Amino acid sequence: MAPGMIRLVVIAVYLILLLGLGYIANRGFTGTKKDYLLASHSIGPFLLLMSIFGTTMTAFALVGSTGEAFKEGIGVYGMLASSSGIIHSLCFFVIGVKIYGFGRRYGYTTQIQFFRDRLESDFVGVLLFPILVCLIVPYLLIGVMASGTVIQTMTSGAFANQGMFQSDNAAFAGGLPPQIGSAVVCVVVLIYVFFGGMRGTAWANTFQTLVFMVLGLVTFVLIANKLGGGDSLLESLRNVTAKVDADHTTRLTMSKTRFFTYLLIPLSVGMFPHLFQHWLTAKSVNSFKLSVVCHPVFIMIVWVPCVLLGIWATTEGALPTEVMAVIKPNAVLPALVKFHTTALVGGLLTAGILAAVMSSLDSQFLCIGSMFTNDIVDHYAGKGRISDRVQVWLARGFVVAVVVAVYLVSLVSNQSVFTLGIWCFSGFASLFPVVFAALYWRRLTAAGAVSGIATAAATWYYLFRESGFGADRSYALNLPFTDGAQVMPVVLMFASTIVSMVVTSLLTRPPSQETLNKFFPQPSNRV
Amino acid sequence: MRYFFGVLIVLLLVLHQDNWYWTNATLVGGFMPIGLLYHAGISIAAAFVWFLATIFIWPQEVPLDDDPVRADSGKGVS
Repeated sequence: MAPGMIRLVVIAVYLILLLGLGYIANRGFTGTKKDYLLASHSIGPFLLLMSIFGTTMTAFALVGSTGEAFKEGIGVYGMLASSSGIIHSLCFFVIGVKIYGFGRRYGYTTQIQFFRDRLESDFVGVLLFPILVCLIVPYLLIGVMASGTVIQTMTSGAFANQGMFQSDNAAFAGGLPPQIGSAVVCVVVLIYVFFGGMRGTAWANTFQTLVFMVLGLVTFVLIANKLGGGDSLLESLRNVTAKVDADHTTRLTMSKTRFFTYLLIPLSVGMFPHLFQHWLTAKSVNSFKLSVVCHPVFIMIVWVPCVLLGIWATTEGALPTEVMAVIKPNAVLPALVKFHTTALVGGLLTAGILAAVMSSLDSQFLCIGSMFTNDIVDHYAGKGRISDRVQVWLARGFVVAVVVAVYLVSLVSNQSVFTLGIWCFSGFASLFPVVFAALYWRRLTAAGAVSGIATAAATWYYLFRESGFGADRSYALNLPFTDGAQVMPVVLMFASTIVSMVVTSLLTRPPSQETLNKFFPQPSNRV
Repeated sequence: MRYFFGVLIVLLLVLHQDNWYWTNATLVGGFMPIGLLYHAGISIAAAFVWFLATIFIWPQEVPLDDDPVRADSGKGVS
């Protein structure tokens, strides 16, 4: 059997395994909407850690980080991994725990329910819903595109004997086209999310997080030994890293001001709607502790090997010359796996990469459905007027429509996973001041929040368009009154949101005392 | 105590900028770029700071398992 076909069979078996997991989770389903969307607040510390980590580590973390290290060197770790270790846990601590408290007490499932209540405004939901969905689209696109590229690269040659799926690119010839690979991954994730709901998603995330962490380390060791060719792992590591040029082992070519302003981007987790929903699945507030502590170390375990693999890929002989000449960053990791491991191991490692992709897609699919049923259908039809069964089916229909739209965009998009991820995270990060103010600033008004949200969306869209919708990978803003210092676009979005939100809030009438008592209670009556 | 942890977080962010290893191409142990090792150290330091935070400033005022939860769901989903 051709190596590509062996890898394809391993991938297929893995996908079937996931479907089985969704089916088993469905057997524990209690039949209520709360169980479907929030697993009846039954998720303990370990499952919460794994599901939150699996959700935040996407194709961006594996495929994107390797590809970006291949292009830019080790600086990518500091730009997003070590900064995320500090700031993600900060968000879990100052936003997640607080949101959990309000969510449990007032029965929220989505962010919009919280904002409508806190801001005494229906319109804030009308504004926020399309913006959140639009920001999730590039996030979904990252996963859908990466899964197609990975499967095509890893199965190349599988259909060579049949003369199918030919390509001029040696890395892809005879492999399953990305249109098919992406579609299969979407369908599998849709099925296990539809069957298993949040419980199935948490289980699948935990399973898949373990898979991609373990297989990621295995990949690292195997490729290090192959590229280094030493008698021991340490000798191999030394041999291969010694061949990397200084541009990739330092940050010689990186702007210091850009690096600094990347710090704002991890704040995006404070506004991810799918993380909001995961937080509310926690069994108790203490369930968060493990996530807060272990998240930075888990990021390190995943990112350090990926960054090293990325810089090793730049060395002579790491990839065949004809592949190196045409390879795109998104294909670096799968190409390394393909050329330096056996077919069976390569198939397992591919499953690991897909695990990282799917462990994010599932939460995002479920979250979009939750938002649609809670914030649109249930909210406007009137609570209780539409049965839970109908609502869940409406949610599924909406999710399928969004996934189909994302899939169609993926067919014509060839942006870097890393660049697309940065734009997506920048958009969510620019909304962070709104959620922070909603929790900690009594003076925030509905008009202020609306103004901040609209400003964030407008500046994000304007700058994203200026960058050619991500086509210009190095797009940045020049800092005035400096000698060409550059900052990330998120700085302008973030600053505009704060100014707009604060000024408008101060110019408008404060929230009612009843609402302030509800969300800023006296110490004796705190939530 | 909260202010102390605020200072620690700011300190981590300052250390994160790492201007001192910006152009240093030393390979620690012969294989690990020093800039990457330093930032892996920042990740571990962050985990340690957060570990201390869960001990000393973990909020007690949020509801635990036995707090009232507003039932907002019906039945009959399949």
